[in-house]
Amino acid sequence: MADSPALELRGITKRFGALVANNSVDFELKRGEIHALLGENGAGKSTLMNVLYGLHQPDEGQILLDGEPVTIDSPRRAIGLGIGMVHQHFMLVPVMTVAENLVLGAEPRSGLLLDYKGAANRVRELSQQFGLAVDPDAKVEDIGVGTQQRVEILRALFRGAKVLVLDEPTAVLTPQEAQDLFVVLRRLTEQGTSVVFISHKLNEVLDIADRVTVLRRGEKIDTVSTEGATERSLAGLMVGREVLLRVEKPEQTLGEPLLTLEGVSAEDDRGLPAVNDVSLEVRAGEIVGLAGVDANGQSELIEAIMGLRAPTAGTITVDGKDVTHCGPRDTLAAGVSHIAEDRHRRGLVLEFDLAENLCLREYKTPAFSTRGFLSPSKMVTRARKLLKEFDVRGGEPETRAGSLSGGNQQKVVIARELTADPKVIIAAQPTRGLDVGAIEFVHRRLVEERDRGKAVLLVSLELEEVRSLSDRVLVIYEGRIVTELPPESSEEDFGVYMTGGGRDERAA
Amino acid sequence: MSALPDDELPPNMTVASRAAVYLRSGGFVAPLITVLVAFLAGGLVVLATGHNPIETYQAIFKGTGFNWVFPWLSEDDRTIAALALQQTLITTTPLILTGLAVAFAFRCGLFNIGGQGQYIVGSILAVWVGSSFDGMPALLHIVVAILAGILSGAAWAGIAGLLKAVTGTNEVITTIMLNWIAIWVGVWLFGLGGPLQNDDPTRVDVPVSNDVLAGAKLPVFWGDAQLQGLHIGIFIALAALVVFWVLLNRTTLGYEVRAVGFSPDAAEASGINVRRNYILVMAICGAFAGLGGALDVMGWQFRIATNDIPANQLAFFGIAVALLGRNTAIGTLLGALLFAGLINGTSTRNLDPSVFEPQLATNLTYMIQGLVVLLISTDVLVVYLLRLRRRRRTQAVAA
Repeated sequence: MADSPALELRGITKRFGALVANNSVDFELKRGEIHALLGENGAGKSTLMNVLYGLHQPDEGQILLDGEPVTIDSPRRAIGLGIGMVHQHFMLVPVMTVAENLVLGAEPRSGLLLDYKGAANRVRELSQQFGLAVDPDAKVEDIGVGTQQRVEILRALFRGAKVLVLDEPTAVLTPQEAQDLFVVLRRLTEQGTSVVFISHKLNEVLDIADRVTVLRRGEKIDTVSTEGATERSLAGLMVGREVLLRVEKPEQTLGEPLLTLEGVSAEDDRGLPAVNDVSLEVRAGEIVGLAGVDANGQSELIEAIMGLRAPTAGTITVDGKDVTHCGPRDTLAAGVSHIAEDRHRRGLVLEFDLAENLCLREYKTPAFSTRGFLSPSKMVTRARKLLKEFDVRGGEPETRAGSLSGGNQQKVVIARELTADPKVIIAAQPTRGLDVGAIEFVHRRLVEERDRGKAVLLVSLELEEVRSLSDRVLVIYEGRIVTELPPESSEEDFGVYMTGGGRDERAA
Repeated sequence: MSALPDDELPPNMTVASRAAVYLRSGGFVAPLITVLVAFLAGGLVVLATGHNPIETYQAIFKGTGFNWVFPWLSEDDRTIAALALQQTLITTTPLILTGLAVAFAFRCGLFNIGGQGQYIVGSILAVWVGSSFDGMPALLHIVVAILAGILSGAAWAGIAGLLKAVTGTNEVITTIMLNWIAIWVGVWLFGLGGPLQNDDPTRVDVPVSNDVLAGAKLPVFWGDAQLQGLHIGIFIALAALVVFWVLLNRTTLGYEVRAVGFSPDAAEASGINVRRNYILVMAICGAFAGLGGALDVMGWQFRIATNDIPANQLAFFGIAVALLGRNTAIGTLLGALLFAGLINGTSTRNLDPSVFEPQLATNLTYMIQGLVVLLISTDVLVVYLLRLRRRRRTQAVAA
């Protein structure tokens, strides 16, 4: 008994019609181990975890808990068997307290009423036992994202989880919060909990996991110990070929300033100040990174530049032309390309086919229309050429954009925006949700544009991405540019400024 | 950092733009099932009233005149069928146009409930032009009257578009309000002592307009002009279907309309002027509906009686036509034929009274219309719930 692993998946096969999502996958989780599950989008990680959590039934294969074969036909059953899952999107009720959320569905009662005191005490016990500091009486809407995640973990433990599955847990955290999470996870494993850690981020996996199982196209490629593994070796396993993790950046040739912001301010949708007196300059041949935690005015700043949001103060200039009060069309025409942060919302018309999507900027030009009449054949011809050039897979010009995978959708956006031959490129979260291979592609294209004398403003929540791509980095906090740092600066330095710490230090 | 499910809809869509996505062009199975179920449910009601549903439907079918196409019909039957079919096609004409008025809006993510008002305004202007300007050359007179109907309908709907673009007012509300304004303006204009009441001394106590002059009447090409034969308006409506298709699929305007309909945010980010599109689209919708009104008064009504203005339900049938036709040109044509057939097949004049009381049969039309709309809404709801469920699932363990 004691020797058997906490969890074992044997030869799990799951088919959806002709698609084999999991092909005879083996997975073993030792007691007290942190085991990372690594793979590109569509590699079969979600299917495997859905099988484990009782959302899918495997076509073949066996699940063993503590050496005993079990059948898991529902999430309820999974919870009953001691499997806990922390989703990427938290399932907490914002207006309830931590204690109330924790006991939701299994409330301790005194008579007909909720035994709130008992619940709160239970929370205190648990948080003490596992060293997860949370205030049971705080309302969930008032606590930070990192703490909310702890509540989710606590809830799983409260329900008796021995196996904890964490789905991309660091995606929503700052670097500091991620470090805190790792401390918590280590403490949990010391007490015998086993953890499955799903991630895209190689450095994290190396940091926290004991072993890594890599999936590719539904098959298990390998399980390796993180000892001796490198980011490069893991990436190679994931993608099946050599991957350039560090972007090769040739020597820089700086030119004229192409994008200039002077004292730009803007308000958010509620009319509150979101961008405060931002001045910046992006010159030809450089990538300027804008680092910051989510919701610190990045989106509003981009919208102000693109003419999607009217600035309340300041001027925006593109290659000497004042575009402060231009709408989107004139801003685009002035030579700005926009890789939108949410490609589903702004980047693509998902119901349009690829040929139509690729023409969104140029459908009115003589190349694609004459006197208001479209030339579908020209649109298709051009689309076919671009799809090939930008290596968009799984799509013909007639394919609906919504049916492509995220990486290929992003390639379509990039194809459209870069072929417009812009002077300035606003790249917002350009690799969000993409896998390693697609990220490499996007990074390479952005650097190429830089080398061709374009001015690139890179806005990303991924500090790693900002640091590796940018020539210089501005840090935005609460709508202000708080500092400029060289990309080589340490993650800690960035973290301090990104969370507003730098200002106090300077003031002191 | 996991990818969102591929089919996730863009956020903050309006109800109408959601419907535009769900009721995507193409696919005829679902509408067919919708109609079949509606007829089946209608049949049960007929059964409950103690009639034979199969005989009733057969009688209704005969009443539509669609049996005219059957080669085995006897000479006598064919003559009767021809008369019925002419009536059905006369009704098809405005149904196509009010259907297009709804469909075009839907494709831009707008819900135009104002077809009725736009139709009324179009008919008012057409009847005024058609009954004035005595001595104008016939062809010119027809063209001017039709143009008056088109432009007035466009202007009327354009008000709703303008309000939506400038103040963000919901077009559903404004188009309904504009319907009532159009109705009561019409009643006032042609009512007793109204400025456009007829100036025939023998009809001073009749609240109707002047008659459309002979030169402005649309030529009848099938049947007897004196007995309400089929006028050429049906060809104009068919041409409007072609215009609709070309406009939507082959012009930069239609490209913008569809982009705005599917995703206003993506359209705006690409430099498309969303507000301008709202105004233009509503105006074009109004043009279709206004044309429908003009063709009716110039083709067979020849005058407007105040009683008929609020009673006219054609534009509401137009909503069902567009929904059933999935907002496509061909679908709108088929939907219009179906509803025109129902309206005429159950009319007192065409339904065999020995099978089903005609005064009750009209209710059958409304019932089937209601069932179609209801079933389409359920269809939308079912698709929506399915997607929601799938999205929850993919989100639950997205890796």
